[in-house]
Amino acid sequence: MHRIRRWVADHWVLAIGLMVLLYLFLPIAVVAGLSFNRPSSRLSYDFNEFTTENWTNLCGPADLCAAVGRSAWIGLLATVAATMLGTLMAFALARHRFRGRAATNLLIFLPMATPELVMGTSLLALFTSAGLQLGFVTILIAHIMFCVSFVVVTVKARLAGMDARLEEAAMDLYATPAQTFRRVTLPLVLPGIVAAALLAFSLSFDDFIITNFNSGNTVTFPMYVWGANQRGIPPQVNVVGTAMFAVALLLVLATNVRGRRRGARVA
Amino acid sequence: MTNPSEAGDLRLSHVTKRFGPFTAVDDLSLTVPQGSFFALLGASGCGKTTTLRMVAGLEEPTTGEVRLGDRDITRLRPYQRPVNTVFQSYALFPHLDVFENVAFGLRRRKIREVRSQVERMLALVQLDGFTKRRPAELSGGQQQRVALARALINHPQVLLLDEPLGALDLKLRRQMQIELKRIQTEVGITFVHVTHDQEEAMTMADTVAVMSAGKIEQLGRPAEIYEYPATAFVANFLGQSNLLAGEAAGQSGGDVLVSAYDQRFAVPAPRARADRGEVFLGVRPEKLGLVAGEADVPAGHQSVRGVITDSSYVGVSTQYLVRTGWGTELAVFAPNSGAAAPLAVGSEVTAHWSPEHAFVLHREPGEGDRTTPVLDTPDAVGVVS
Amino acid sequence: MSLLTGVGARPVSAPDKRPDDSRSRRRWLPYLLLLPGGAWLILFFIVPTLQLGATSLYDPTGSVTTGYAMTWEFGNYPDAIAYAGPQILRSFAYAAIATVIGILIGYPLAYAIAQKAGRWKNVLLVCVVAPMFTSFLVRTLAWKTILSDNGALVGFLRDVGILGADGRLLATPIAVVLGLTYNFLPFLVLPLYASLERLDTRLLEASGDLYASPTRTFVKVTLPLSMPGLVAGTLLFFIPAVGDYINAALLGNTNTSMVGNVVNSAFLSRQEPPQGAALSFLLMAIILAIVFTYVRRAGTDEVV
Repeated sequence: MHRIRRWVADHWVLAIGLMVLLYLFLPIAVVAGLSFNRPSSRLSYDFNEFTTENWTNLCGPADLCAAVGRSAWIGLLATVAATMLGTLMAFALARHRFRGRAATNLLIFLPMATPELVMGTSLLALFTSAGLQLGFVTILIAHIMFCVSFVVVTVKARLAGMDARLEEAAMDLYATPAQTFRRVTLPLVLPGIVAAALLAFSLSFDDFIITNFNSGNTVTFPMYVWGANQRGIPPQVNVVGTAMFAVALLLVLATNVRGRRRGARVA
Repeated sequence: MTNPSEAGDLRLSHVTKRFGPFTAVDDLSLTVPQGSFFALLGASGCGKTTTLRMVAGLEEPTTGEVRLGDRDITRLRPYQRPVNTVFQSYALFPHLDVFENVAFGLRRRKIREVRSQVERMLALVQLDGFTKRRPAELSGGQQQRVALARALINHPQVLLLDEPLGALDLKLRRQMQIELKRIQTEVGITFVHVTHDQEEAMTMADTVAVMSAGKIEQLGRPAEIYEYPATAFVANFLGQSNLLAGEAAGQSGGDVLVSAYDQRFAVPAPRARADRGEVFLGVRPEKLGLVAGEADVPAGHQSVRGVITDSSYVGVSTQYLVRTGWGTELAVFAPNSGAAAPLAVGSEVTAHWSPEHAFVLHREPGEGDRTTPVLDTPDAVGVVS
Repeated sequence: MSLLTGVGARPVSAPDKRPDDSRSRRRWLPYLLLLPGGAWLILFFIVPTLQLGATSLYDPTGSVTTGYAMTWEFGNYPDAIAYAGPQILRSFAYAAIATVIGILIGYPLAYAIAQKAGRWKNVLLVCVVAPMFTSFLVRTLAWKTILSDNGALVGFLRDVGILGADGRLLATPIAVVLGLTYNFLPFLVLPLYASLERLDTRLLEASGDLYASPTRTFVKVTLPLSMPGLVAGTLLFFIPAVGDYINAALLGNTNTSMVGNVVNSAFLSRQEPPQGAALSFLLMAIILAIVFTYVRRAGTDEVV
């Protein structure tokens, strides 16, 4: 009896934690399940009959694949731009002392603390008053803007965790500033930059609220889902959702395994 | 590689480094002869690491000049000077294996044939066979050797070592001290070694400079500094000293006469830093002997009376505290040679010494006796700011 | 000199010119690095926010075709509050309730991963983030399936009598709050995990050693030390939750709509930008006020 009480005392927090994880994964399981569903009617969300047709006929619903492609493109361009802008800023903040540091930090923090609703409507107000045609370009502008801050924070953290003496050691060993950057700083910061880029891509690809205000007639994947919700969601949407989940998970596992293999040799 | 006629001594003249209002190094002048093993010894924050960084080029002096032979290197960038550093906690490149870490300097200088050099260097530090390991896969001692090999392979004119053994445990540290000494003799390069560990400095270096508050307090061979310290700081930073506040009244017959606490003492003039005014009379604890009464004091020795207040047995010796009539507690280390029976706490004793072993130092007016050692705090922070 | 070139340091042609050159370059370098990103943020974050403020003061009688005139119409604010009062209150109420639930379930999760998971730590951490890999809209729609009237969950709740015979979950406030909690939970758990992970277990043992019960140890040691993470986490959870309208739109009905739904319709369907801008601007002001007082009260400036 005593032993059981002890065990419960030690494990109840873990048990609650695992239940919360189940809650987090429940919808994922449903999405994966529904990706194999042949719905009974267009507006039905319930499981009806097993089929692999949604996976084989992914581009069946009009415009779905085009929307996914458009999101991927915007995501890619926004990621490249935001990663470059953000990485430069992170280097400035982590490696230099200068006047206006606090203001810069605030400028980077604010977009992360502002609801998307406010940023979306602000940009819309700007674009309409400037007479800019809403569409691909305005979406891209918006996505770069809200990705930059996350890139700065991620890369800056990596830079802060890096021993500044490594760069001094490189200089001491005859590396010019350019060589120091190329041979020491960049390889060591790269994991942070890659992580920031992945984060930026997923933020951009999945953004709905800001995009919704600034897209005009351009349809990204989230916009497609939103629109389809009124007419009835084609089950292929769940295929895209499941595939996104699987790809991202594989990416994370791959980097994890690589890290583990490197770590295993230490022991 | 190094040729005495061409290379030369490392010279710092009137070097000052300020960080904002704080002066880390204060008008420091210093010559390190070529091929010597030189130690900069001091507590954390004394400016020794800043001095080292100015030689490496990682810090620029506010004023003053750093010369290597006849070449002014004061304003050269780190990668432009023939000086390499073994960093505190090594700063090995974590993304490169041992081989590439050691080859780093050669590759930056576009030297093609690196393999044989790297292998020879790794053999010198006894790390052959570790070429493919990453720094994280090495023990502390092995990392230390890689850092040493990585710097030495470039045949610098001066090798700087910043607390190179600080991260190692005691036993490994002793081992590496001997190893470093061996390597230095083998390669004949000037070593400048920064440390807060007096024993480390004394074991390895030919010349030790004791630093405090950005200045050099004393410079010399370890035995010289220990036997005849120049200042009260050195007397208690390097080992321990009993310093009694007294007044010197000039010389008489080759001795300096010091009166303290109504007693008169004589110290040979060559062992006195001052012969008039406020002085400290100093004697090292191991130079003191204890006898029961004045009658037992050997001829020619001088003495003070007191009571034993504490006795600690530390193996090689027994360390006593003897309270004098005026309240100061003297430290006395009695060797554990078996010649004398241990003395009990509370015994009345007379502490005596040969005048040849005493020394006289300058004292600031109003300063009292100093018999407790300066606390030796480890230099945990890498960059002294 | 032959020796120097032999041992490495490349001979330098003009050693005297370099340091000054590089020193002045060093002074300008940070600004150069900041310029593109900073300009982007100013142009597309600061300027639009100012424009939003301006739009909120436009003459509301204008239209998209005729354009809007700046008439400093401060009356837009009371009008907008009168129009969308219930939605504003609902936004803050739903977000607050969701935040409390989020802390109640997120804290044990973060604690379990940080202190109890051992070598499964990283795996569990990935599990917290993994649900976010799927599209926000798609996983919210999945809740529509889970909560649907013919679904197993509603059926079970009806059978045990928690819900009435025709009781439902979908299109109720419960569904909206549940959706909010679900979607933003990882934002709360991650910073909380970060500060709990740093927590030295020896402190907990010391507390136990000094006669504190596990409960007292939690209240007196664990909770205060995890405060920075808790503050950051609740803000990261609360802020997007207040501004969200996807959950309300997909899982609720017209009686559960939040301020975001009103702003959305003001801009995109009802064509009343000044009203939408006023509400949006108001929302931002309230949130900033909450953030700064909260951060100050909690005594940690770490998040800002």
